[in-house]
Amino acid sequence: MIEQTVFSILLAASLGLFFWLAWRRIVLIGAGRPENRFDRPLTRLRAMLGDAICQQRVAQRPFGINHMVIFWSFLVLALANGEFIIQGISPGFNLGLLLPPPLRNVLLLAFDTASLLCLGAVIVAAGRRLLVRPAALDSDYVSGRSMEAFVILGAIGLLMLASLGLHGCEIALGRESAATWMPVSSVVAGSFSGLSSTLLATLAGMFWWLHALVLLAFLCFLPASKHMHVLTAIPNCFFRSLEKPNTQPREEFTPDRSFGVAQVGDFSWKDILDSFSCTECGRCQDACPARATGKPLNPRQVIHAIKTNLLANGDSLKYGVKPTVPLIGDDSEATIGEEAIWSCTTCGACLSACPVCIEQMPKIVALRRSLVQMKSCFPEELLGFFENMESRANPWGIAPSERTKWCSSLEARPFVAGETEYLLFVGCAGSFDSRSKQVTLALARILDRAGVSWGILGRDEKCCGDSLRRLGNEFVFDRLATENTALLRERGVTKVITQCPHCFTVLKNDYRHYGLELEVVHHSELIRDLIAGGRLALDRTVDDLGVTVFHDSCYLGRHNDVYDAPRQVLAGATGTEPKELARNRQNGFCCGAGGGRMWMEEQSGTRINLERVNEALAAAPDTICVSCPYCLTMFEDGLKDTGTSRVRVKDLAEVVAAGLSGGAA
Amino acid sequence: MLVVSCIKQVPDTTQVQIDPVTNTLVRDGIPFIVNPYDTHALEESLRLRDRYRFRTVALSMGPPNAEATLRRALCQGVDEAILLSDRAFGGADTLATSTVLAAAIRRLHQQEEVGIVFCGKQTIDGDTAQVGPGIAVRLGFSQLTLVDRIEHVDLMRRRIRVRRKLEGRYEIVEASLPAMITVVRELNRPRYPTVHQRLAAAAATVQVWSNEVLGLDPSTIGLKGSPTWVSRIFSPEREKGEMIGNGLADPAGAARMLLERLVAKDLLTV
Ligand SMILES: Cc1cc2nc3c(=O)[nH]c(=O)nc-3n(C[C@H](O)[C@H](O)[C@H](O)COP(=O)(O)OP(=O)(O)OC[C@H]3O[C@@H](n4cnc5c(N)ncnc54)[C@H](O)[C@@H]3O)c2cc1C
Ligand code: SF4
Ligand code: SF4
Repeated sequence: MIEQTVFSILLAASLGLFFWLAWRRIVLIGAGRPENRFDRPLTRLRAMLGDAICQQRVAQRPFGINHMVIFWSFLVLALANGEFIIQGISPGFNLGLLLPPPLRNVLLLAFDTASLLCLGAVIVAAGRRLLVRPAALDSDYVSGRSMEAFVILGAIGLLMLASLGLHGCEIALGRESAATWMPVSSVVAGSFSGLSSTLLATLAGMFWWLHALVLLAFLCFLPASKHMHVLTAIPNCFFRSLEKPNTQPREEFTPDRSFGVAQVGDFSWKDILDSFSCTECGRCQDACPARATGKPLNPRQVIHAIKTNLLANGDSLKYGVKPTVPLIGDDSEATIGEEAIWSCTTCGACLSACPVCIEQMPKIVALRRSLVQMKSCFPEELLGFFENMESRANPWGIAPSERTKWCSSLEARPFVAGETEYLLFVGCAGSFDSRSKQVTLALARILDRAGVSWGILGRDEKCCGDSLRRLGNEFVFDRLATENTALLRERGVTKVITQCPHCFTVLKNDYRHYGLELEVVHHSELIRDLIAGGRLALDRTVDDLGVTVFHDSCYLGRHNDVYDAPRQVLAGATGTEPKELARNRQNGFCCGAGGGRMWMEEQSGTRINLERVNEALAAAPDTICVSCPYCLTMFEDGLKDTGTSRVRVKDLAEVVAAGLSGGAA
Repeated sequence: MLVVSCIKQVPDTTQVQIDPVTNTLVRDGIPFIVNPYDTHALEESLRLRDRYRFRTVALSMGPPNAEATLRRALCQGVDEAILLSDRAFGGADTLATSTVLAAAIRRLHQQEEVGIVFCGKQTIDGDTAQVGPGIAVRLGFSQLTLVDRIEHVDLMRRRIRVRRKLEGRYEIVEASLPAMITVVRELNRPRYPTVHQRLAAAAATVQVWSNEVLGLDPSTIGLKGSPTWVSRIFSPEREKGEMIGNGLADPAGAARMLLERLVAKDLLTV
C-alpha cells in the first residue's frame, strides 16, 4: 500500500513536470507566426506513416536500421509501460483483464523480444558513438559523445534490463503463467535458479523500482533534451511542406509588415516545431556542400541556433516584446552568422537528408529576405546583380536587345498562340552566355529535326527571377514574376521548354503562386520523349565522347525529381549508360552555383565546384555531361583550375545534336 | 542646412541608337535610367544627412515622366523631391538648364540655407559636364569638380575639404560653403533601398514646380534661352575589323599572329 502511494505521488510529480516542460515548449511553438499546414490531411497522413512510422527516411542511411529497431521497440513497449504504470497504482491490473488470453500471449512475446532487440540496439548505438565516432554526430555545440546522449542510451538500456530482470524473477517465482511466451525472460529466470524465493522477491521489488524510477526520470528528461524529438518528430512529419521545398511562400508588401525573418519570433510555428524536432543526427551537416568545403554554414546548427535562441528569448516571445538575444549576428550557439546565411546554395541536400522532414533551407532564405529587404544588407557583389536585374532583367545588365543574338544564324520565330505549340524559354544564360548559347543552338537543331513547333519571346523575355528569389530579394522577384506571368498569359503560352533547371523550377513551381499553371518540360524530358516516341532518330551513335559521367543538377534532380530522363537521353545517344558519380541522384552534390551563389565570391574554405570536379575526375571520365547552364560553367571553370584540359563538359543537348548529321560533338 | 542633389533622367545609352536620317536619338521604347553619376551625387547627400542631420532635396528638370527618377531618389531615402517641369523649359541647352536649376535652388535657399549642391560629373547623354559649374556661377557658390572624397565638413568655420580625382593625381582642395560639388563614381557606393523605403516612396508626393513658381523670364529658359543647339549627331565610321588566323581551329597560331600584328603596329613591346 505504501509502495503504491509513493509511486502514485512520484508519478503525479513526474507527469506534472513533464507536462509543464512540454507546455512551455508548446507555448513557444504557438507564439510562431501562423501558417497553414493542415491542408490535404490524407496526403499528410500517408507521408507521415511512411516517413515517421515506417521510418523510410531514417532507414535511408545504413545505421538508420538500428534506430528503426529502437523506434519499433518503443512503440511496442509503450503498451507494456502503460500496463506497468497502471499496475503501479493498482497491482491487480494486467492486460489479461482486457484482452483474450491468446492476444495477450502474443503481446507478451512481442514485449519480450522487443526488450531484447532494443537492448541490443542501444548497445550498438553506444558502441558506435564510443568506437566508430562518426564525425557527423559532432557539431560545434553538440557532441555525439555528450553526457546527454549516454544518459539517454543508459536509461533505455536500464529500462530493458530492469524489465527483463523483473519478468525473470517473476517466472522464477512461478508467478507468471505465460512464461512460455516470454523466451528471453525465461532465459533470465534460468540464470536466477538456485536463488531463494525471498531473495527473488526482493530482487523483483528492486527491478520494479529501478524500472519505475528510470521510466519517470526519462519522462521528465524528455522534453528538456534532444529526445524531445520522440514527441515532435511524428507530428513534424505530418506538418511537413507539401510544396516543393524551394518554392517559398509569397510575401505581402504592405508598409505595416516586416519582411522575412530577422528575429526568432518572425518564424512560423512550424519552423519552431522543426527546431524542437531535430535529432542532432548530423545527416544534413554531412550532406551540405557549404559545410563540406569549409564555409561557416551548417544546416544543423541553423536549426540548433533557432532552438537555443528561442529558449534564451522564451519569455520575451511569450509576452510579445522584442527578444534580447539577436538571431542574426556572430556565429554562436544561439545566433546565425551572416556569412553562413549567404553560403547556402539552396541545393536541398539537407532537406532530402533529414529523417524528420525539417526544412532547413527555406529558413535560410527567410533570413536572407530580412537582410535584403529590411536592412539592405548583403555581400557587395550582389549590388550590381540586383541593379542589373531591376534595370535590364538579366544578371549581367546586358541590353535586352542582345537577347536574340544567339539565333542570328537561324530563323527566329516568335511564339504565336495557336500557331506555335511550345514556347522555348531560352533563359539568360542560354541567351547571353557564349558557352550556353551553343547549347541553345544545339537544342534548336534537335527541336527542328524532330519537327517540334516552337517559338521564343525574343526581346520580351526577361529573367525568370530564380536567383532573386533564392537570395531573398522577394520584392524585386515579385515584380518580375508579376510581369512575366502577365506576359505569358497575354501571349497565350501553355507549354514551355526550358534548358535551365532554374527557369524550369520557377516557371513550373514558383509561378503557380501567381496563378499560372504551365506545362513545363526540361529539355532532357522532351528529348527523351522525342526519342522514345520515334520522332527523333539520330543519324549516328555518338561514340566519340569516351567515358561519360553524368552530374545531377540540384534543381532538376532533388527539387523536381527528374533523375532518369537525362540518363536515358545520354544512354540513347551514346549507346552506353553514363557512369555514376560517387554521390548521385538524391545524394548528388551541388556544383556551387545555386541559390544566387553564381553571382557571389566564395570567400572561405575551398571551392565547391573543385570538390565536385575532383569527385567527377575520380570516375576517370573523358566527358562530363550536365543538364544545366550553371553546372556547365562551374565544371568548365573547375576543370580549368585543376588543369585538366583533356576532359570536356557537354550539355546533353550538345551530345544529342552531335548525333545529327552535320554536327560535331 | 539643406543639401541639394541634381539628378537627370537619361536614356539607357547602351540601348540607344541614332536615327541616321533625322540625326536624333531614337528614344522609342528605350528605358530611362538615373544618370549614373547622379546616383553617387544623391548618395553623398544622404551620407552627409546621416552624419550631420542635414535635410536633403533632390531636383530634376525634365518632362513629367522624369518623376520616375525622383521616385527612385525617394526610395533611396531623400527627404524631398522636386520636379522642374514646364513646356517652357523644353529644348534647353546647358545654359538654360543651369538657369532653371539655379533658380530652383535659390528658391529653396529662401526657406532654408542651402549648404551644398551635388551634381554628377557629367551626364551619359549630353556629356558636357557644364551644368554643375553653370549652377555654381549663377549662385555664386564655390565650385569643386571631379570630387572622389569628402575629407571634412567644418560647420563652425563654414568650410569644406575635398579630394579631386584628376588624370594621374589627386588634389586636396578646401573651399568655403556654400559649395557646388560634381562627383565621380569612386566617391561612394549608392545604397540599395529597403522595401519599406520603396513602399514609402511609392506613397510620397513629388512636388512639381513650373515656371509659374520660379517666375523666370521666358527668354532665358528652354529653347528660347538656349544659344547652342545640336545641328547633327552621327556615329563615326569605324574601321572594319579583320579576322586574324582561325581561332577555332588553331587558337595558338591565331594568338601568335595577333601578337606579331600588335608588335608591328607598335601597340605592344616585347
Ligand atoms: C546628345 C546630346 C548632345 C547635346 N549637346 C549639347 C551641346 O553641345 N551644348 C549644349 O548646350 N547642350 C547640349 N545638349 C543638351 C544638354 O544635354 C542639356 O541641355 C542638359 O540639360 C544639360 O547638359 P548635360 O546633359 O550635358 O549635363 P552635364 O552638364 O553633363 O551634367 C552635369 C550634372 O548636372 C546635373 N544636371 C544636368 N541636367 C540636369 C537636369 N535636367 N536636371 C537636374 N540635374 C541636371 C546633373 O547632376 C548632371 O550630372 C545635348 C543633349 C544631347 C542629348
Ligand atoms: S540547401 Fe544545400 S547548401 Fe544550403 S544548407 Fe542545405 S545542404 Fe547546405
Ligand atoms: S536537422 Fe534533420 S538531418 Fe539535420 S541534424 Fe537535425 S534531424 Fe538530423
